[in-house]
Amino acid sequence: MRFCGRVWKFGPDIDTDRIIPARYLNTSDPAELAKHCMEDADPEFVAKMRPGDIILADKNFGCGSSREHAPIAIKAAGVSCVIARSFARIFYRNAFNMGLPIFECPEAFDGIEEGDEVEVDAGTGRIRNLTRGTEFRAAPIPPFMQELIADGGLMAHIAKRAAKG
Amino acid sequence: MTITEKILAAHAGLDRVEPGQIVSVKVDVALGNDITAPIAIREFRRVGAERVFDRSRVVLVPDHFAPNKDIPSAEQCKALREFAREQDLEHYFETGEMGVEHALLPEQGIVVPGDVVIGADSHTCTYGALGAFSTGVGSTDLAAAMVTGEAWFKVPESIKFVYHGELSPWVEGKDLILYTIGRIGVDGALYRAMEFTGPVIERLGMDDRLTMANMAIEAGGKNGIIVPDATTRAYVEGRAKRPPVYYRSDPDARYAEVIEIDVGRIRPQVAFPHLPSNARAIDDVGEVPVDQVVIGSCTNGRIEDLRRAARVLRGQRVAKYVRCIVIPATQQIYRQAMREGLLEVFLDAGCAVSTPTCGPCLGGHMGILAKGERAVATTNRNFVGRMGHPESEVYLASPSVAAASAVKGRIAGPEEVVA
Repeated sequence: MRFCGRVWKFGPDIDTDRIIPARYLNTSDPAELAKHCMEDADPEFVAKMRPGDIILADKNFGCGSSREHAPIAIKAAGVSCVIARSFARIFYRNAFNMGLPIFECPEAFDGIEEGDEVEVDAGTGRIRNLTRGTEFRAAPIPPFMQELIADGGLMAHIAKRAAKG
Repeated sequence: MTITEKILAAHAGLDRVEPGQIVSVKVDVALGNDITAPIAIREFRRVGAERVFDRSRVVLVPDHFAPNKDIPSAEQCKALREFAREQDLEHYFETGEMGVEHALLPEQGIVVPGDVVIGADSHTCTYGALGAFSTGVGSTDLAAAMVTGEAWFKVPESIKFVYHGELSPWVEGKDLILYTIGRIGVDGALYRAMEFTGPVIERLGMDDRLTMANMAIEAGGKNGIIVPDATTRAYVEGRAKRPPVYYRSDPDARYAEVIEIDVGRIRPQVAFPHLPSNARAIDDVGEVPVDQVVIGSCTNGRIEDLRRAARVLRGQRVAKYVRCIVIPATQQIYRQAMREGLLEVFLDAGCAVSTPTCGPCLGGHMGILAKGERAVATTNRNFVGRMGHPESEVYLASPSVAAASAVKGRIAGPEEVVA
């Protein structure tokens, strides 16, 4: 699978309160949450971004709360994938479980500017900056997580396992 | 092996595990609240599951936007209530018996030493204070555990923190953990277990230990943990709903890092906006006027916390134009505070005393900040907009510092108020 889109850059330690503030957590409706995606990091984000665009962040993206509303909001807003120098662990886990593609890549942040067109090959982890003609490689996805993705997320994975008996 | 490795190995049915290994473990308790459980329940139904794996081990606590703050929140709490009723859950806590989940579960003996606990709430790491492996997950992980009774984990490497020396007056568990996070940063323990050890920890009461383990997530930690001792046993006896298992780290256990901390040099801490790692000694705070003080939460809403706040507030008045909101974390703590006369101290000082709720900590309700307002809170996060308007500010501190700040109307150390 390939993702291609414009990049929106965010700094280090973007916490889940900034991705989806708690004032909107009285619902779990993806369409509602999508309206407020990244609101306290960049109030204009939802208005500016186009479906397929990519979030590129510095270290420790998604730190803080365990709210799955954060990856849900990002996915429902139409962001195709998130690339970060590193991810906080609950966010990392949630993203795989609910099916938001994420890529850990220490070098991409410094080599890609906001607005650059980027293509990500999910299979190989190759990140190509089409605007500048440069290339980066995401950290390989652990085999167990690849299995989750192949099955379509954690719930599909356990349903499949249950069916096998 | 470390205590974390031993608990994971035992629950995976293995003799030993290594950091980095992926294991599927049996879960002793799976927890959800009114924000996270509705998604888990939806997922549970989506895969066609009919019964939870064990009605005594799936715990639902509507505590975040409860008592219901608005109609959508009421719907979320209702979803929990209906699911609890349908599944005949043993541990569902209605408003009136509800408390802040991470104060409630240890108090009620629902989590015990040696457990593996997952909770769809990041502060689930709190129960590590009892010597359990306990960690926050998302709603989908909770849903999977509700169905299967299992969860998968990568066995974390451990960092050993050794606290030695003598605590200075007014230095509490909160100060130790804020200092620690300040030293290693908000991702200083990313993916790792934080094992708190040393003579200072051995002398620490259970409430302070719970405060420390609670904030392991603020350093990115997978779990915080303290090897059980006589203090743990005394706390657990008479509460535990299941037999505890006491694990300890082997003398030759391997650690990714050992960090020695001399507590003698630690002064009461204040974490400045907008990260818990922006910790400073109270002496370096300067003049910071405050509009609101919140004393409570899963971090510092326990009886010892309220005693400390009352010690500072006794015979004092909250400064004019400052709101001081005190939130006992559970009904039992509320009653205990009433019996000890603490509520009277708070009322005399001009504090508002609230029924248990997470409320203001995450900017939910019961104490939201306006644009430009500033709060000192005994909570755990000071992120942008955490307690209300994106241009408001939260400063994290201990109950003693929070109480002193309420009296002075600016961030102040307790020694400024109590002779």
